Amino acid sequence: MVGGSGGGETITMSTHESAVQAAHAHGAPQGFIRKWVFSLDHKVIGLQYYFLALAAVFVGMFLSLLMRIHLIWPTAVLPFFGEIKPETYLSLLTMHGTIMVFFVLTTAPQGGFGNYFLPIQIGAPDMAFPVLNMLSFWTTFLGFIVLLAAFFVTGGAPLHGWTGYAPLSALQSAGPGEGLGADLWITSIAIFCIGALMGALNFITTTLDMRAKGMTMMRMPLTVWAWFITAILGLLAFGVLLSAGILLLMDRNLGTSFFVPLVTVNGQLTGHKGGSPLLWQHLFWFFGHPEVYIAILPAMGLCSQLLSVFSRKPIFGYKAMVYAMLSIGFLGFMVWGHHMFMSGMSPYTAFAFSIMTMGIGVPSAIKTFNWLGTIWRGRIRFHSPMLFAIGFVSLFVTGGISGPFLAQPVLDIYLHETYFVIAHFHLIMGVASIFGIFAATYYWFPKMFGRMMNETLAKMHFWLTFVGAYAIFMPMHYYGMSAGLRRYSQSTEVAYILKLLPLQRFISIAAFITIASQFIFLFNLFWSMWKGKKASDNPWEATTLEWITATPPPHDNFGGQTPVIHNGPYEYSVPGAPRDFVMQTEPSVEDQDKKKGKH
Amino acid sequence: MASIATTATLTWVAPDYATRLRRARLGLLVALTPILMVFVSFTSAYIVRQGLPTLDPKTNLLVKDWIPVKLPTLLLVNTFVLLLSSLGMELARRQFRGEAVLAPAGTDSEVSSRENKMPWLAMTLILGLLFLFGQWTAWRQLAASGFYVSSTPSSSFVYLLTGTHAVHLMGGVLALFVASIAALFRRAVATRSIVIDVTAWYWHFMAGLWVYILCLLEFAR
Repeated sequence: MVGGSGGGETITMSTHESAVQAAHAHGAPQGFIRKWVFSLDHKVIGLQYYFLALAAVFVGMFLSLLMRIHLIWPTAVLPFFGEIKPETYLSLLTMHGTIMVFFVLTTAPQGGFGNYFLPIQIGAPDMAFPVLNMLSFWTTFLGFIVLLAAFFVTGGAPLHGWTGYAPLSALQSAGPGEGLGADLWITSIAIFCIGALMGALNFITTTLDMRAKGMTMMRMPLTVWAWFITAILGLLAFGVLLSAGILLLMDRNLGTSFFVPLVTVNGQLTGHKGGSPLLWQHLFWFFGHPEVYIAILPAMGLCSQLLSVFSRKPIFGYKAMVYAMLSIGFLGFMVWGHHMFMSGMSPYTAFAFSIMTMGIGVPSAIKTFNWLGTIWRGRIRFHSPMLFAIGFVSLFVTGGISGPFLAQPVLDIYLHETYFVIAHFHLIMGVASIFGIFAATYYWFPKMFGRMMNETLAKMHFWLTFVGAYAIFMPMHYYGMSAGLRRYSQSTEVAYILKLLPLQRFISIAAFITIASQFIFLFNLFWSMWKGKKASDNPWEATTLEWITATPPPHDNFGGQTPVIHNGPYEYSVPGAPRDFVMQTEPSVEDQDKKKGKH
Repeated sequence: MASIATTATLTWVAPDYATRLRRARLGLLVALTPILMVFVSFTSAYIVRQGLPTLDPKTNLLVKDWIPVKLPTLLLVNTFVLLLSSLGMELARRQFRGEAVLAPAGTDSEVSSRENKMPWLAMTLILGLLFLFGQWTAWRQLAASGFYVSSTPSSSFVYLLTGTHAVHLMGGVLALFVASIAALFRRAVATRSIVIDVTAWYWHFMAGLWVYILCLLEFAR
């Protein structure tokens, strides 16, 4: 007999030792290598993804630090880099964007938390294909190493931006970094795509086929819905990026002309002709726009969850939230052309893309109002995960509101090459998603490591990051509206931009403080793993399945058993219930009443 | 030991043959989606590139540079070989499925009780390798007639589409090879049957995909 505490009440039950032994499709590993390195356990793989993303985010942040220093002190000599030349600056922004988009925003929310918690939240012992799961992580890891290698080869890292626009990205002679560095960049992206596709395959199959008894689709937590929809987006989008990458590698190395027109470099014809740079843009953005939602949908799902848990109220409009996410995912494939208003596309085409883009505002607004409806009159508990979830909503609204501006071709043509766009996508895709990652870390840390994170440090981290993010990105809107141009390395060399230097200084100083405050988080993360207060099995008094099992969960998640689901995931403050939450596995209040013969 | 605070649990049981087969098939179906997307992207690029003019530096005029490639007749022979292999694959799938269904309860009994079975699996493997060899030979014929990968936009696409398809088929060949090895090592009938079942569906998809590629290259020149 074992006992467990579910928020104040203890229910005992029998377990089946023999079932535990036979429970897992693959037995619990013993050795260090099988347990922690080449592990088949989705939880270990989730942690591997998480720590890969953690390493990547600090590399990416370091690159942004160098850029911010250079922008306000352009002649400064920096350690390891010396004086940053314009081409070095372009390499920094290319690698910053690539690392952050692929190896942080795609890796942590989906690969990290999705891997760890999706099987548990649907009551499964593991992912459908554990070996494939392991391969997907190590493939992603290899992609990261190949990407970093670009820094160390002759010519250095590529300078074509994370969007890799041809013909700059397609010609070896186009500039320093466009030789082997660019080949490594493309190879890394292709490897990443393969890893992401293997992951998506597992997520979809697991969600569709391994749900516990009673876990209908409409009883799944919104986190699971978000991971599931994100996986579908990845499945459709990464194949397109992979094919574009193959064509680009062929243009660069086999002399084909898919993307390269008749063009000269340094006065010499390149030998290519007839290719279309716009073809690259179409293929890239067909992937690139859904990628925005791949980055942010998991954060949406998580924040829906947290707002409900910490407001002690059911989510407002569960079905509407599901359909809104599905709509966002669907519309995400219809709007790639809004990244290309500058390409000279037909105004009629641009109009269609514009209308579609603004259409995404509808499900986004549904979600936002439902979040507000969820916390309205709730008994809000302002724990650190909740603060980051509220911060996410704030950043999502602020970053999202500039979307309809940019969705209009006439405005976009003016704003496209300016910092306004930088501010927009950093807030909506970058910082909002990062807030989702922080919220998830503070929320699930007790389950993953069995200890609580330090709440004082967490709140300090929140306020510094929240205020810092706004201090960095709000002025960028004004800088952009004043025609402050993006990708410019030497902003001090342009007379009218020079007048905006105080604004740049403010942004850089805000960035320095915000970056420094991330070390509070880093310290708290590692310190709490060993020194944090011991966590109970359900410290937040939440209802979903990860909170019914031990902390940390056993190898097969539920100790040789499989849960049976009776309730939806957001049963808070249910009238007649003995406490203010009903676990998903508890018989519903109505059923209990029936059993007692009240009806 | 896990402590589960709930009254509603069941003892976990290992998935049976039918569940494993369904899961594997679902996984394959999902896996085919990005492969399809890769070829949709290539098709889109093919159609776009076909319609694009290029600048002639001598005359400064926009001219068409799309020169249709005459496909080697060998490709038709290769198509026949691949379709035949698909038939063999289907027969192998049914053969192994029958064995798995007949296997004693518990599903992981080791070897088949049926002797003197037809070597459909080996036949498929050999035909698959023959197809790949035929594709390689067709590439050499194309090169001999002056069409290299970068000679014309159309030849670039011929090499791209046939090459990408061949790489994917190699995955199927590898899976068949593993299944054959598994047979030699007397692995569980159910497991082998599932591997062969999903490989078979993958193989049929590859055959269909090849017919599509051939039609695209031949009829949309």
